[in-house]
Amino acid sequence: MSLLQVKNLRVEFPTRRGTLVALDDVSFDIAPGEVLGVVGESGAGKSMTGAAIIGLLEPPGRIASGQILLEGQRIDNLPYEKMRRIRGRQIGAIFQDPLTTLNPLYTIGRQLVETITTHLPVGPGEAREKAIGWLELVGIPAARERIDSYPHEFSGGMRQRVVIALALCAEPKLIVADEPTTALDVSIQAQVIAMLKTLAREKGTAMMLVTHDMGVIAETADRVAVMYAGRISEIGPVRQLVRHARHPYSQGLMGSIPPLDRRVERLAQIDGAMPRLSAIPRGCAFNPRCPKVFDRCLVDRPELMDAGTTRAACWLYAEGAPA
Amino acid sequence: MFSFIVSRILQALPVMFVVSLISFAMFAYVGDPVSIMLGQDFTEAQRIALVHDLGLDEPFFVQFAKFIGNALQGEFGLSYRLSRPVAELIAERAPATLELAICAAMISLCVGVPMGIYTGLFRHSWLSRFLLTFSLIGVSLPTFLIGILLILVFSVWLGWLPSFGRGDVVQIGWWSSGFLTLSGLKAMILPAITLGLLQLTLIMRLVRSEMMEVLRTDYIKFARARGLPNRSIYFGHALKNTLVPVITIAGLQLGSIIAFAIVTETVFQWPGMGLLFIQSVGAADIPVMAAYLMLIAVVFVTINLVVDLLYYAVDPRLRVGRGRGH
Amino acid sequence: MKAFFDSDIWWSFRRSPVTVVSAIMAFICVVGAAFASFIAPHNPFDLASLQLMDAFKPPSWEAEGDPVYFLGTDDQGRDMLSAIMYGARVSLMVGFCAVIFSTLVGVTVGLVAGYMGGKIDSLLMRIADIQLTFPSILVALLVDGVVRAAVPREVHDQIALFVVIFAIGISNWPQFARTVRGSTLVERNKEYVQAARVIGLSPLRIMRSHVLPNVMSPVLVIATLNLSFAILSEATLSFLGVGVPPTQPSLGTLIRIGNDFLFSGEWWIAIFPGIALIVMVLSVNLLGDWLRDALNPKLR
Repeated sequence: MSLLQVKNLRVEFPTRRGTLVALDDVSFDIAPGEVLGVVGESGAGKSMTGAAIIGLLEPPGRIASGQILLEGQRIDNLPYEKMRRIRGRQIGAIFQDPLTTLNPLYTIGRQLVETITTHLPVGPGEAREKAIGWLELVGIPAARERIDSYPHEFSGGMRQRVVIALALCAEPKLIVADEPTTALDVSIQAQVIAMLKTLAREKGTAMMLVTHDMGVIAETADRVAVMYAGRISEIGPVRQLVRHARHPYSQGLMGSIPPLDRRVERLAQIDGAMPRLSAIPRGCAFNPRCPKVFDRCLVDRPELMDAGTTRAACWLYAEGAPA
Repeated sequence: MFSFIVSRILQALPVMFVVSLISFAMFAYVGDPVSIMLGQDFTEAQRIALVHDLGLDEPFFVQFAKFIGNALQGEFGLSYRLSRPVAELIAERAPATLELAICAAMISLCVGVPMGIYTGLFRHSWLSRFLLTFSLIGVSLPTFLIGILLILVFSVWLGWLPSFGRGDVVQIGWWSSGFLTLSGLKAMILPAITLGLLQLTLIMRLVRSEMMEVLRTDYIKFARARGLPNRSIYFGHALKNTLVPVITIAGLQLGSIIAFAIVTETVFQWPGMGLLFIQSVGAADIPVMAAYLMLIAVVFVTINLVVDLLYYAVDPRLRVGRGRGH
Repeated sequence: MKAFFDSDIWWSFRRSPVTVVSAIMAFICVVGAAFASFIAPHNPFDLASLQLMDAFKPPSWEAEGDPVYFLGTDDQGRDMLSAIMYGARVSLMVGFCAVIFSTLVGVTVGLVAGYMGGKIDSLLMRIADIQLTFPSILVALLVDGVVRAAVPREVHDQIALFVVIFAIGISNWPQFARTVRGSTLVERNKEYVQAARVIGLSPLRIMRSHVLPNVMSPVLVIATLNLSFAILSEATLSFLGVGVPPTQPSLGTLIRIGNDFLFSGEWWIAIFPGIALIVMVLSVNLLGDWLRDALNPKLR
């Protein structure tokens, strides 16, 4: 059975110039221990999906319809206190910028111990030992000495390791990692991702990895979801999606990764920009930029459909499409 | 720690220097102390003798150095108006002002901070809206008008509380305290509320906006994402971060309580330094004004120092110069 | 003009009933004060029309009230309503002039400090810092006291109004200077200013026509909030008896006079000018708050 199921999720933002639909009909699931990569341009709704899952959408954003199920139980409509017990314990979260996600006025040890004792039935002493263990696991050298240090005494990469320890320390079944390495130096990104991947595998933790770095996805994820303008445009196993993307948008995205095994004259690029949420065109949202656009794309909005090895929201794979 | 204090004191020196220069300039060049002190009938020899006695015929820097030297010993000469040593006048009045200021500061902090936290956390409750409206009226009400309204209601109409003076005071050494008698305490209520109300509203609005600011930060979001209970998020994580900027501004606000005491003391005929000062302004009594200016400067510099020390206690980033583990 | 009515500012104005009400209140205050000599029912300064017989009349709705004097009369038999309108005129005038004065000083200092940088900058900002250490009411009191000591009494009575404006104005400039300096530092490094410098425009010209327009909206907000503050400062000084001369009583002076009669039961002499003052300051404050939010979309 799936660990997490997202069914027809729709997130709206009421604004004074009308309601914006930030996520529209988003459905996917994640199996236990699986890593789902979520990619797309900024504003495509990747982070919003993560925030909806952990139940921390920024007001006035709200889930307008759809369901989120964890192990078959709905969690999108839980009262705050019940959802709070799930956050950290069942679903952990990692944010983008380690410089701002740690409370500057408390030692990392206090923040770890606090999180552990909130969720697990252990005393302060035992929690502290566990905290030191986690710091060692995420690769903080001399963890026993450094546990009483303040966040500002660590470098950015080390802080993100602390953040990962905080997200994992109550042993959640799912981690929502929102661009966990974007704010780090390029040289450290690979180390941190590798560490995160190893830890997740050892602990059997499933992960939703939000990023715009296709390299990270190709290396880490089992499956990939491509998002565009608040919808999933294609979803499928990582190998197939990277090598043989079906949706023209995914093809464009994958075309922008420089291949290592052959020379190319120039990288592909997608012309134009993603539409703003307030100005999504009729039909397929990608139609103004799509090289293979045809008349149906301008009228009807495509749902995800079988496109061979992946599922893509594209009329090219419906019956009666131009050859 | 020690070097931290020393560096802060060194930073305060230029401020004190400028203030003493202004004080001295007022003292030496504004008005004509000689003719004021001599009165109507005097001979030229008497005038020259007095000028010499006061040291007014000496060069500027000598006079300034003497002024500073005297000021350090608490010596500011005679009041033109009352012909008594300024230091004596101020020492006599200081306890009244300080007791009033302490009470007002307690009121504004003990009520203002909780109200700020509440309105910051529960922004849309009706009580928050009410408190915010109240605070807006609070900043729009001049201090003296608050005093007059309180007198009208509680002294004139209801007759519950006295409207002027300190009531009975008990003399403890040179300090006269109104805290030890019932009439002294009753007399304190209205002036303290009057003086504290403006600061209370300012502190409440400050705490509220800082609280809202902190609640938007990533570390609070991350604390929520870890499923920490609200109590620990609000009072552990958010409140402590709110304190850092609040300490500074609250410190400055408390300093200005001493200054605003001028108005409150006038309304309630409170026998403190502020009343002395305003009477001196009206009578152009320069020595008292100069001394008061210096005194206020000392108070502010001290408050700034205390604020810095509190900062030091709250924020670990100041304690360790820079990160070690890179 | 049409662009203005389409703008976000107009939209947020109309959507906030509190702001509309305070704008109307402020408008009434300004009109009532500005045209006091035409619309006030009596002339409180015309000694010939004063009747001591009419002194201490309570407001017209009280048992002993006189319908001629709607808000009652003071100890001299002056009509309170008229006295308030004339008093508001003095209060508003001092307030406006003081704000204009501190805006001029503050904006100039801020522009120069921010644009020139270096030693001039640190000197000017150091002065501002030192002055900011002291509450502005204290600075205003000191300035007033020093002038009082420096000039003979007869001269002082003549220039008292200007002294008050100067004292309040000088006590508030640092706030403007700091804000303008901050914005100037940002603007100075933008490309269009660099470009203007490369073409060889004079610093004065660049500051005036390129930097200044870009720092005006925060200045406008501070000026509005400062207006209420200046009005309050004037009222406080006058209440303390060191403000405007008694021949031109402001609202603060009226309250000071009324304060003496609080205990003998003539509450209206102090309270009505007080209410007028509160309404004036509150409406200006609310307008300022709204303006700050409307010009600063980030804060919403």
